Amino acid sequence: MAELAATPGQTIGPFFHYALPYPGDRELVPRGSAGSVRLHGHVYDGDGNGVPDALLEIRQADAAGAVPAVAGSRHRDGAPFTGWGRTTTDPAGHYWFSSVEPGPARPGGAPFFAVVVFARGLLNRLFTRIYLPADHAVLGADPLLSTLDAGERSRMVAVREADGSLRFDIHLQGPLETPFLTFPGQT
Amino acid sequence: MSITAAENQLVSQRVISEEIEKVHADAQAGRTQPRLDFRPYRSAILRHPVRELRYADPEGAELFAPAFGRSDVDAGESDLTTGGAGEPIGERIAVRGRVLDGDGRPVRRQLVEIWQANAAGRYAHQRDRHPAPLDPNFTGVGRCLTDDAGWYSFTTIKPGPYPWHNHRNAWRPAHIHFSLFGTNFTQRMITQMYFPGDPLFAFDPIYQSITDERARALLVAAYDHESSQHDFLLGYRWDIVLTGSHATLMERPEDHHG
Repeated sequence: MAELAATPGQTIGPFFHYALPYPGDRELVPRGSAGSVRLHGHVYDGDGNGVPDALLEIRQADAAGAVPAVAGSRHRDGAPFTGWGRTTTDPAGHYWFSSVEPGPARPGGAPFFAVVVFARGLLNRLFTRIYLPADHAVLGADPLLSTLDAGERSRMVAVREADGSLRFDIHLQGPLETPFLTFPGQT
Repeated sequence: MSITAAENQLVSQRVISEEIEKVHADAQAGRTQPRLDFRPYRSAILRHPVRELRYADPEGAELFAPAFGRSDVDAGESDLTTGGAGEPIGERIAVRGRVLDGDGRPVRRQLVEIWQANAAGRYAHQRDRHPAPLDPNFTGVGRCLTDDAGWYSFTTIKPGPYPWHNHRNAWRPAHIHFSLFGTNFTQRMITQMYFPGDPLFAFDPIYQSITDERARALLVAAYDHESSQHDFLLGYRWDIVLTGSHATLMERPEDHHG
């Protein structure tokens, strides 16, 4: 099968803020609504400083584990749950989403948010996953997590905060560097 | 170390060009994507992972790009030259092409977002300090949905090159930022489209972060006389190929659900 050469990526650069964010971009469900969860954290560089010009997107299943394929992410008024959202970091490198906790893709699977990271200084996008905190048996049986050592595994799992929110920090570099992913067919 | 701190700390183009040359000389051929660890682009130094990327089989939400529809994009958003009180300044152009997957299949009804500097090389962004004029009739932001054959099309103004502070006398080649979705979330990509024959290519560490010459050329649009319009604008053609999906695996029927 003839495989076309992939178009290379390039950095998002510093000037995306007036083009890509839009009202409601980070609210997959309205903030504070019944069943909603706050997913938040910081994006850090290799010196541990917050990255103030990153853009993150998540793609996820609904609470039952089904992946929505419905339009309406850019004008969310009255739209159903689309399973996709976009957010930007603030001057401290902090980000947040309001969403629902995804269900597992298959029975007994470990549920996760699929994540893509863009930033000035980052020459191509990075993929990772934010797993929901779960018991060791579920996480340990995950095909990806089972290939990681305990430290790396912990850096792909969100932390449940006292207020019920999920915290997940992304370290682009450094001793706590987040495991980033590559998928078949990517060069 | 703060790179932008003091202008007298900025290194010369010669230093940057020598660094680029060295990385290129040591690079493997055939890598289509930019290096993440690319010191000539100073902002990358602390913002690239050091560890190897981990292989993952995509599953669940990763297998499905988000869906967008008419409720998400207005038809007029593909024309960046309208919407102001008057005509924007500069060279009016059309940029069109197809979004395809690695097997040449069109990416249908999918969102394409663009942003760019104006003809003078200035972004309508509050953090752009380049002392070039803003154009009250041009914001440089557009979006559209691809059609059923994967075609996108924009009418805009040719952006100007602009200076930046990566090093002394650093200039970005003229470019348009493109944000793209494929059929799988794992095909999500943001990149930059350039214009043919730009004399700044050789000096630009962002463009040169792609070490393979043929891969770099994939980011350069072609002048397309068929797309030019009599008495009105010049046309450029640029196709985009998004790979990285279950569809490019060795055929595994169980992956082709949904």
